[in-house]
Amino acid sequence: MDFEYSQEQQQFTDSIRRWAESNYDFESRKQIIYSDTGVSNKAWAAMAELGMTALPIPEEQGGFAGSAVDMMGVMQEIGRSLCVEPYFATMFGAEFLAASRSHADVLGQVATGEIKLACALNEKQSRYELNNITTSVTANASGFVVNGNKTMVLHGAQAQLLIVSARSNAASRATDGISLLLVDPSLAGVTIKNYRTLDGLRAADIEFKNVQLSPGSIIGEVGTAWELLDAVSDYGVTLLCAEAVGCMEALIATTLEYLKTRQQFGTPIGKFQVLQHRMADMLIELEQAKSLTTLAASKAHASDVQERRKAVSAAKVKVGQAGKFIGQQAVQLHGGMGVTNELAAAHYFKRLTTIDLTLGDVDHHLARFIALPDFAKAA
Amino acid sequence: MDLNYSPQDEQFRAEVRQFLTQNLPADIQHKVLNHLRLEKDDHLRWHKILAKQGWVGNAWPVEFGGTGWTPVQRHIWNEESGLAGSPRILPFGVSMVAPVIMKFGNKAQQDYYLPRILSGEDWWCQGYSEPGSGSDLASLKSRAERDGDYYVVNGQKTWTTLAQHADMIFCLVRTDPTARKQAGISFLLIDMKTPGITVRPIIMLDEEHEVNEVFFDNVKVPVANLIGEENMGWTYAKYLLGHERTGIADIGSSKRELNFLKKFALAQQKNDAPILADPHFAAKVANLEIDLMALEVTLLKVVSTEGKQKGPGPEASILKIKGTEIQQKLTELMLEAAGPAGLPFDPAYLSGKQAHSISAGDDAAPLAGTYFNFRKTSIYGGSNEIQKNIIAQMMLGL
Repeated sequence: MDFEYSQEQQQFTDSIRRWAESNYDFESRKQIIYSDTGVSNKAWAAMAELGMTALPIPEEQGGFAGSAVDMMGVMQEIGRSLCVEPYFATMFGAEFLAASRSHADVLGQVATGEIKLACALNEKQSRYELNNITTSVTANASGFVVNGNKTMVLHGAQAQLLIVSARSNAASRATDGISLLLVDPSLAGVTIKNYRTLDGLRAADIEFKNVQLSPGSIIGEVGTAWELLDAVSDYGVTLLCAEAVGCMEALIATTLEYLKTRQQFGTPIGKFQVLQHRMADMLIELEQAKSLTTLAASKAHASDVQERRKAVSAAKVKVGQAGKFIGQQAVQLHGGMGVTNELAAAHYFKRLTTIDLTLGDVDHHLARFIALPDFAKAA
Repeated sequence: MDLNYSPQDEQFRAEVRQFLTQNLPADIQHKVLNHLRLEKDDHLRWHKILAKQGWVGNAWPVEFGGTGWTPVQRHIWNEESGLAGSPRILPFGVSMVAPVIMKFGNKAQQDYYLPRILSGEDWWCQGYSEPGSGSDLASLKSRAERDGDYYVVNGQKTWTTLAQHADMIFCLVRTDPTARKQAGISFLLIDMKTPGITVRPIIMLDEEHEVNEVFFDNVKVPVANLIGEENMGWTYAKYLLGHERTGIADIGSSKRELNFLKKFALAQQKNDAPILADPHFAAKVANLEIDLMALEVTLLKVVSTEGKQKGPGPEASILKIKGTEIQQKLTELMLEAAGPAGLPFDPAYLSGKQAHSISAGDDAAPLAGTYFNFRKTSIYGGSNEIQKNIIAQMMLGL
C-alpha cells in the first residue's frame, strides 16, 4: 500500500506547475479569458510539448498510456493554475475513443496536440441524466443523420471534433438505443453558439439539423453506448474531482497566507480562534475530498462497475460539499477583498462552483449512490 | 500509488478473521453487536484469550512481548476485531501507560509492569483530568510532596474510566508548585489499594457507571513509582496523548455499526416501507457512509506512511475529529430510525439481567443509551475543539 505519487509522476506534475507559474499567471489568464477565442494556442502548444495531451492516450497512438491516477496529478495542476484551456474537454472526449478502441487516428492527433475535442452530451431537459436524450440518429444509405440540440458543451466552439450522444428509439430516458458519434462541427447543418461560462471558460449550444455523417462516425456500437457513456462520464467526474482538489489546495494556501498577513485590531487575523477553527474545518473538508478523489481515480477503470460507481459518486458528493464550503469560507475570510474579481480566491470559488454543476451535482450523485444495489443491503 | 493491500496483508487478514471466528466468545460478541453493557469479566476474559495468543501488545515492540506488527497489520487487526464485534482492548494499560513505561521508565519498572499489563493481571486507569483541569490539563492541582522514600499525594482526579475495577492508576501530580505550570508536574504510578484512595461513581446520562471521581487523602506512594525524572511529567504526558489519538478512528466498529444501522433501518417501517427507503433518511445514511469511506482512505494514508516517518503527526487530529463525528452520527441515526421504539429504558436488559427487553424490540431498546453515551467521544482524548487548535497550530502554522 502506497499513497505517494511515484518519482516519475511527481516530476511530471512539477514540470506542469513550473510552466504554469511562469507562463500562466493570473494576469495572462485574464487576457486569455477576455480574448475572442477564450483559449490560447500558445498555451496549448506548451501543454502538448510538456506531454500533457499525450499522457492518457494509448501507446499505439503515440501516448504514454497514463492511468486515472496519473491524470489526477495533472488535473490538480490544472485546478491550481485555474487553467481555462480545453484540456478537460479534450481528455474527456479522448477517453470515449480510447475506451471503445475506435478512431485511433484521432487519438494520435490528440496526443500531439493537433486537435481538440468536446463532448456534446447535455440537453436542455436532461439536467445531469446522460441517458435523457432527444437528439435522434437514423441510419441511411450514406451513413447516419443526426437531428437535435445540445447545450452546455464545454469548449464546444474550440474543438475540431465533437462526441455527440443521440438515440435511435423514441423512449427519451431509456438506457438502450443510445449511440455515440464523432462529428465534425464544420459539416453542413451544424450551428454553434459560443459563450463564456461564469468561471472564465467557454461553452456552446449546438444545433444539429439533418447533419449527414459517414458510416465511420460511430463510436463503439450502434444503439448500445450506455455502458460506455456511463463509464466514461465516471472517468470525467474523476478528472473534475482532481481539478477541484487542486483548486481547494491552492485556495486554502492563499487564504492561509491572507490570515497570516492581514492585520486587524493590531494582530494578524489568523490569531483569532474562530478563524483558526474555520481554517481547520476547511482543511478537514479538503482532506476528505482528496481521499475520495484518490479512491475514485484508483477505481475509475475497475472491472467491478458497481464499485466504480460507488467510489466515483462518493467522490463527487464530497468534492461538491467541500468545494462549496471551502469556496464560501475562503471568500468570507478574505472579507471585502474576497468578493472582488481581483483576487484569485474568487476565481477558485467560481471554478469550484461550476465543477459541482458539471457531470452531476451533490444531490445527483447522492441519489445515484443510494440507488446502487450495495446501499440498501446489510449483512 | 497503490491503494491495495499486499498479498501478505490479505493473508494476515485471513488469519485474524479465522482467529476471531474461533476464539471470540459468543456471549461477549452478542453484547457488543447488540449494544449491551460489558462487565469487568467480559473484558478480562477477552484480554486473557488475546494474551494467550500473544496479541495484546499489538503496537508493542517484540522485545517487550509485543507482536511487532507493521502499522498496516495493526490496522487490519483493529478493523477486523471491530467488524467482528469484539470488545476493544482497554487502552489505559496497553496503549497509554505501557508506551510511557517503555520509553521513560527504568528497567525495574519495565520488568515488573509490562508483563502484568500483557497478562491482564493489572487493570489500569488514567489519573489525568481534575475538576478544574479538563482541556487545560497542565493546570492540574493534585499535589505530591516528597517525604523520605515516599511521595504523599493529596487531591482529586475525575472522569476516571472504569476506576472501580482498577488495580493501578497512573497520575499526573504537581511536585513543584512554584514552577511554570507545565514544569512542575510528575508522572506517578499508584496502587489503587493504597490507604487514602476513595473511588466515587459518576453516573452518566445513560445511567451507566463508566467513570468515577478518585480522591487522594495523604496517599503514600513509593519514590520507586516515579516515572523518569521528577518535574518532567508533562513531557511524558504529551507523548502519551500522541499515542491515544491514533487508534481512535475505529473504522472497523463504525463499519459494523453502519451495517447495523442499515439492517435496523430496513426493518423499521415508515409509511408502510422501510425507513431506509425514505429519501430524507436515505440521504443522511448515504452522507454518513461517504464520510466513512473518506475517513478509511485518510486513515490508510496515515497508516501506510507511519512506518516510513516518525509516527502519526497532526493528521491524527483529523482522524479523531472525523472518527468521533461519524461514531456519533451513527448512534444518532439509529435512534432516529427507532423512533418511538427508542423510548423505553430498560437497565435490566442492558446489563444482561433479562434476556429480552420489557418492550418490543431488543434491537431498539439500547439505542437511546448508546446515543447518549457516545456524546463523550468528541470530548475525551482531547476535545474536538482542542484538536482543531492542534490542526491550526501544527498543520497551518497559525
